Amino acid sequence: MQLRPTLLALVLLLPTLLLLLLLCAAPVFADDTRRSGAEFISPSTRAMQRDDTLNPAMLAVGDGKLLWQRKAGRSDTSCAGCHGDAALSMRGVAARYPAFDAHTNAAINLGQRINACRVRHQQAEPLRFETEALLGIESYVALQSRAMPLAPPPDARLQAAVQRGQQLFSQRIGQLNLSCAQCHDANWGRRLGGATIPQGHALAYPVYRLEWQGMGSLQRRLRNCMSGVRADVPPPNAQELVDLEAYLATRAAGMRMEAPGVRP
Amino acid sequence: MARALVHMPAFARRGAVIEIRALIGHPMEIGYRPGADGKVLGRDIIRRFTCRYNGEIVFAAELQQAIAANPYIAFYTRALETGSLEFTWEGDSGFAHAETMPITVTG
Repeated sequence: MQLRPTLLALVLLLPTLLLLLLLCAAPVFADDTRRSGAEFISPSTRAMQRDDTLNPAMLAVGDGKLLWQRKAGRSDTSCAGCHGDAALSMRGVAARYPAFDAHTNAAINLGQRINACRVRHQQAEPLRFETEALLGIESYVALQSRAMPLAPPPDARLQAAVQRGQQLFSQRIGQLNLSCAQCHDANWGRRLGGATIPQGHALAYPVYRLEWQGMGSLQRRLRNCMSGVRADVPPPNAQELVDLEAYLATRAAGMRMEAPGVRP
Repeated sequence: MARALVHMPAFARRGAVIEIRALIGHPMEIGYRPGADGKVLGRDIIRRFTCRYNGEIVFAAELQQAIAANPYIAFYTRALETGSLEFTWEGDSGFAHAETMPITVTG
């Protein structure tokens, strides 16, 4: 008899909670058909991404956290020396990249921005593309934007890059004569070999891929796809790759960041 | 960079079963793959993982080539007394890494 009020409260609470959960799980807009790549992976891989104690990308985040504090270059300053606590200063930053860089007069991605900071302010050697150190700092910075909506900057100077990226996205390339759009716009959800084709929204980068047994940047993924269709692969940080990144960011604008994620 | 992440409760009731999750960054190179220069890369794997609770071994595992890079090991033990758990990973070419986590047991 004493349990009755508790039970009643539960009966009343449960539908409310369920409704709340449903609302949280709904995409940004009700008619938004965009889906994160995480929805196309197996439940076990998704569980790895969701739980930081399972996520191997947290090892890279640990590296990044150490490097954030470490002094480097002739200026003998660390990232923290200028930016302080990354949890505050880097919140939402990764969600706004690629951005327009006035020095190079072009779009730059987060990794290039970190290296520009190293060269200009720390007066240190830039970190090499795709190294553990650079991916570590990128992962650490990206983590500070987790669950925030991707927010490409409304910068008019970025428009040229976005347009070029959009054109590259729908341009057929390689011996297989395929464009990004043919798989990721027209055939997402269908199978390619053993894998389901995702919509290609880059929300979880840098990503830990089980196939790579390590971390990789969005450019590694893009270059992988390009060699997959047997096209000439542009060199790391080629402007066409960064422009593609800029277009992908506007294409996924408003979707929630998952970085650093896990993919098969 | 040898680094490891260990997750376990810092406080537990006496007799409670606690879950311990240990993740370490390691390439687990199997010793059969050719490198970029075509030469076979030497085997470089973690051979043994040990967990000691106040000095006594409560869990150990032997690792083999078939285990993927960055091995993740989860296991359970019973919280007996306040003290510390020591985790050690030993492998090829003298690889050794150790982590220590404190635990406070109440009740």
